[in-house]
Amino acid sequence: MDWLRMEQWSPYVVGVGIGVLNCIAFLLSDRHIGCSTAFTRTSGMVERLFRGSKVEEKPYYKKFAPAIEWEWMLVVGVGLGAFFSAMISGQFHLSWVPSLWAKAFGNNFLVRFSGALIGGILMGIGARWAGGCTSGHGISGTMQLAVSSWLAALCFFVSGVTTAMLIFKVLI
Amino acid sequence: MLTVLHTRKRVQLIIGLFIGITFGFLLHKGGVTRYDVIMGQLLLKDFTMVKIMLSAILTGMMGVYLLKDVGLVTLHSKPGSFGATVVGGLIFGVGFGILGYCPGTLAGAIGQGSLDALFGGVVGILIGAGLFAEWYPQLDTYILHKGDFGEITWPQLLKVNPWIIIVPVALGIVALLWWIESGGFVGS
Repeated sequence: MDWLRMEQWSPYVVGVGIGVLNCIAFLLSDRHIGCSTAFTRTSGMVERLFRGSKVEEKPYYKKFAPAIEWEWMLVVGVGLGAFFSAMISGQFHLSWVPSLWAKAFGNNFLVRFSGALIGGILMGIGARWAGGCTSGHGISGTMQLAVSSWLAALCFFVSGVTTAMLIFKVLI
Repeated sequence: MLTVLHTRKRVQLIIGLFIGITFGFLLHKGGVTRYDVIMGQLLLKDFTMVKIMLSAILTGMMGVYLLKDVGLVTLHSKPGSFGATVVGGLIFGVGFGILGYCPGTLAGAIGQGSLDALFGGVVGILIGAGLFAEWYPQLDTYILHKGDFGEITWPQLLKVNPWIIIVPVALGIVALLWWIESGGFVGS
């Protein structure tokens, strides 16, 4: 079982594995891998803690009820799966600032925290606006040959590459 | 189709969890739960993420259409419009370039111990998703349906048998991966 302890696998093994896994999701659950609606539901659950059950009356939460369901469990599973992989390959460690970010902006966690927060807010808005993320549109939708998903994936990368280049090549 | 299994709610939650665990395990083994690897992709220096996505699309596309042809699965592609898909996709991309994780790999990053993903990324996405839910009625009225093209796939749009599209797409993906491997993009 040494392969389970390897730090990294070939991207093609990982990609084929994700493709097969998505077919299993279709077969067993009539669903495809996606992650961003789980964040919508969680956001609704958090808001409900403060504002009570009237939150459920919001039109968007009528479409995506603030409740635990298949995709929510999937996202929790992603965290667990990565944790298992990191533990058995001895890579698990708490880190505050990623090294590439630290090289560009320094080791201050508050700076990275602000960046991640702003990036996260835009990503949360954008994922729900576009109706999916890099997994739901980028993999699951494109493999079904959905026109919307091909267009979304193109926009994710054109805009992502432009933003990254502006930050790393122009800004600093 | 396994329709009885699909209606078993508790079993479905467990299946969802196990599919997630496998997905997270694979994402971590692929290296894409790391900010450095994702930013390497967006800076066009490290093509790990694109290699994973393209081989997943290639495998999944052939698998899911084969399963559909033998009647074991139904497809459910997402609807789209220029107002929703393009505008949302561009906003997503800006967040992607700043955060350096996407919603799935963000969950994986927490699992490997990245605290910026937990305290910055997750909190940010939850705020963003909440803002979208707040703005949804107005956005739905004025923007999300602009240039609506609905729930359509390439074979439906071009009115051809899906395999007429699948075969060239598969060959195109293989050619693109071969080109990336031979240093095409990086020019090394």
